[in-house]
Amino acid sequence: MPVLSPTDSQSTTGLIACNECDLLQRPIALPAGGWAVCGGCDAPLYRYTPGSLDRALAFSLGAAVLFLIGLTFPILELEIQGNVTSSSLSRTVQQLWKDGLHVFAVLIATTTILLPALELAVMISVLLLLRVRRASAWMPKLLRLLTLVRPWGMTEIFFMGVLVALVKLAHMADIVTGVALWSLGGMMLLLIAASRSFNLRHLWEQVAPQ
Amino acid sequence: MTPSPRTAHALGLYACHTCGLLSRPAREGASSCGRCGSSLRFRKTNSIERAAAYLIAAYILYIPANVLPIMETHSVFGREENTIVSGVAYLWHAGSWGLALIVFIASVVVPVLKLLAMTLLLITAHYQSAWRPLERAKLYRLVELVGRWSMLDVYVVAILAALVQFRPLATVTPRSGALYFGAVVILSMLSAMAFDPRLIWDPAHKESHTHA
Repeated sequence: MPVLSPTDSQSTTGLIACNECDLLQRPIALPAGGWAVCGGCDAPLYRYTPGSLDRALAFSLGAAVLFLIGLTFPILELEIQGNVTSSSLSRTVQQLWKDGLHVFAVLIATTTILLPALELAVMISVLLLLRVRRASAWMPKLLRLLTLVRPWGMTEIFFMGVLVALVKLAHMADIVTGVALWSLGGMMLLLIAASRSFNLRHLWEQVAPQ
Repeated sequence: MTPSPRTAHALGLYACHTCGLLSRPAREGASSCGRCGSSLRFRKTNSIERAAAYLIAAYILYIPANVLPIMETHSVFGREENTIVSGVAYLWHAGSWGLALIVFIASVVVPVLKLLAMTLLLITAHYQSAWRPLERAKLYRLVELVGRWSMLDVYVVAILAALVQFRPLATVTPRSGALYFGAVVILSMLSAMAFDPRLIWDPAHKESHTHA
């Protein structure tokens, strides 16, 4: 992890400012996969990820397929004395809505369905736009949207929630894990891999100032 | 004598908060980034006031989030109300110590530490303290990283409520505590987002400037 040194030269062209402490620094070349770290506050500044766009696209497309499976198929099935209930992601939201817990249903739907779907859609469109090399006026809007959406998608936390629920229920009923559980787990991993390969700073650099 | 570190602000350069582009706008005041269109500001507008407002709201809702039940279980054995803390105790007694620990950290430790950490960051930033900026910056990064995980219990309640629908044998219904808890998590995330970490460093940079 190379640490950048604060600049004291007079020219300010080509400098970058740390996102967290505002310190001006001169970017340096990095080895593949390397991180540059702020010399003032240790905050990560940028990464060098050569050839990662195709990888990011592959990861996001894979995540999208798993997301569709995870959305519709049962996550867990529960059996008590011959009665079976199953819950998929969409059924969970429907059940809450039906019980009159509207705010709750909206909260779950937004953080586990709507925003992850939006994040994936935006990432895939950005990467496809770059693949066809079309300079698009949409690019800055899409990248801004992505920065806005990212913190609110909570697939990985939902997945942990399923595991906790599984343990809580294990003593009182027979549980069958559904295909959607593994899909969501896979989606979580692919989404992490995709956003690691999706070099936001690098993409911003390709957007020409107007 | 070493030259004092220079910040974008000190040189009158705006670092775009969205895309990072440095620019020196022709006109002072209302102008937007030439690359991404975000409005340019040296620091987030009213950062401390907005962050404090979200934080205070989070503190207030933290009380019903922990006192009120987050879910209600109906079974042949009767009716049972669960709070955040009793959920952890249940997992612990069931022998799932690993999960009990995860839920305890996500639902009890993280929310409390996050509220306290944001309080510390806001107070020191408000009084322009130059005290241990590196440690405070790391604290802020930690808060940003782990804050979302407190949503865990909210999801557990939602999943249980969707699955356990065996009338009249056993049903689980979410209660208002879970909603308050979700609101605390969201409000404290908003508080952390509204806070501008550059405010941690501004007094330190100013001090090194005057000493240089």
